[in-house]
Amino acid sequence: MAKFQTLQQAVADNLKDGDSVAFEGFTHLIPHAAAHEVIRQGRKDLTLIRMTPDVVYDQIIGMGLAKKLIFSYAGNPGVGLLRRVRDAVENQWPQPLELEEHSHAAMANAYEAGAAGLPCAIFRGYLGAELARVNPRIKTIECPFTGETLAAVPALRPDVTFIHAQKADRKGNVLIEGILGVQKEAVLAAHRSVITFEELVDDLDSHPNACILPHWTMSALCQVPGGAHPSYASGYYTRDNSNYLAWDRVAADRATFLAWMKDNVLEASPDDFASRVSALRTAA
Amino acid sequence: MSQQDFTPDEMMTIAASRALKNDDVCFVGIGAPSAACNVARLTHAPDITLIYESGTIGTAPDVLPLSIGDGELCDTAVTTVSVPEMFRYWLQGGRVTIGFLGAAQLDRFGNINTTVIGEYDSPKTRLPGGGGAPEIASLSGEIYITMKQSLRGMVDKIDFFTSFGHGEGGDHRQRLGMTTRGPTMLITDLAIWRPDSETKSFQVVSLHPGVTREAVQATCGWQVEFADRVDETPAPSELELDTLRALKARTKAAHERTENKGEAA
Repeated sequence: MAKFQTLQQAVADNLKDGDSVAFEGFTHLIPHAAAHEVIRQGRKDLTLIRMTPDVVYDQIIGMGLAKKLIFSYAGNPGVGLLRRVRDAVENQWPQPLELEEHSHAAMANAYEAGAAGLPCAIFRGYLGAELARVNPRIKTIECPFTGETLAAVPALRPDVTFIHAQKADRKGNVLIEGILGVQKEAVLAAHRSVITFEELVDDLDSHPNACILPHWTMSALCQVPGGAHPSYASGYYTRDNSNYLAWDRVAADRATFLAWMKDNVLEASPDDFASRVSALRTAA
Repeated sequence: MSQQDFTPDEMMTIAASRALKNDDVCFVGIGAPSAACNVARLTHAPDITLIYESGTIGTAPDVLPLSIGDGELCDTAVTTVSVPEMFRYWLQGGRVTIGFLGAAQLDRFGNINTTVIGEYDSPKTRLPGGGGAPEIASLSGEIYITMKQSLRGMVDKIDFFTSFGHGEGGDHRQRLGMTTRGPTMLITDLAIWRPDSETKSFQVVSLHPGVTREAVQATCGWQVEFADRVDETPAPSELELDTLRALKARTKAAHERTENKGEAA
């Protein structure tokens, strides 16, 4: 049964040093506020899982909280490379980072397998792709019916998944709309999950096939308006594209990065997110 | 020669847009492919189905997205599905006729590297990685590639096979069990290329207006082959140029509108 908690308490209760943790959201609804709380609490030796480790993982990795990254695209979408991730991979700063690299198809299938309680995902993939040479966890399996060689990767079962959603009702049922990414799969695949959300409502007011996570599928719920910024929450605020562009400069230099993290993360709180989206709001 | 009233970049985008048909189902890579696909939709292919890997199917954005998951893509789509469904039912299921990709590094057989420059375990430059491209490249009906020519980008030997094109050429795709056609067109800022029917090595089939064979070779790291007959790419029409420029102007204005006062990311 989900608990309504402060984000501080939910992170403290659910994420331990050494855990594998997914912060999911495919461009949309990226749980930035939750990641910042994890950085403030200084969790160590994390195995980070995320299809598109963008700015949010650049920050966690740059602050030295991660020992391993499982991913399929490490870029700042539409802007370029992730400079803190690069510094970790190329120069081991602030510490070495082990990579387990996949394709999107593999990661999406692996989350789905995790949600489905399967040990691995099987799909038609990695044909001719060199990732299969450098990642020993990419294997092949022969279809017992046709003989076709298919790719197999282990299911993703994070210790904890963090996601951000638009609405929760008072029982804690959660609604996600718009670009859905892999959030439903990532929550159902995880042992524990923490959901931040924009708005608490009496009635989710959704249609019968909406993407809803029932309250009993998650560990904790935290209302954090603006909690996806600079990502966006469809129906609430738009993507802060200029912020993604600006990140390229912030992350370019270690000292600039650390100063920025001190001002905007270490000495900030979840409550600061609401004002960051005030100029981006779309809903009345 | 008289001054041209379009840039090589504009010629590239417009030439790429012409390759798309009204009944195509196109999986769109971000960047140059995205501009080309939307110019096609706004000119000769109004009913084209554009798919972005964020799950948006049949999207018709008014401005070009900065990322593959901008809200505009979802708001204007016929439907938006989850990412696992996108890759399983729609791409792996064989519904995509064209995969349109960009490349950081490309070889003459249409193999693409977007993973690392240098060794994988100790890279000189760590690039973002494959994302959706490895399976787009193997499962789309055929692949179009668009990129600006440069000696760094078009190389004799790529550092990493992120996405398989024609491998070592010939029937290499079939030998790996692939039933799709692979790269069938490369559109650069200087020329249009197609693979030779036997070797599968790209050949220049059309030079953009005013471009010389020497200019193509000067910005390509492999020995350029020219087809027996090399055409001149028709210059952009007024409609094509106006459409592209208006799209870029709307995009610039929209991205500047999101300028935020807040400092934090």
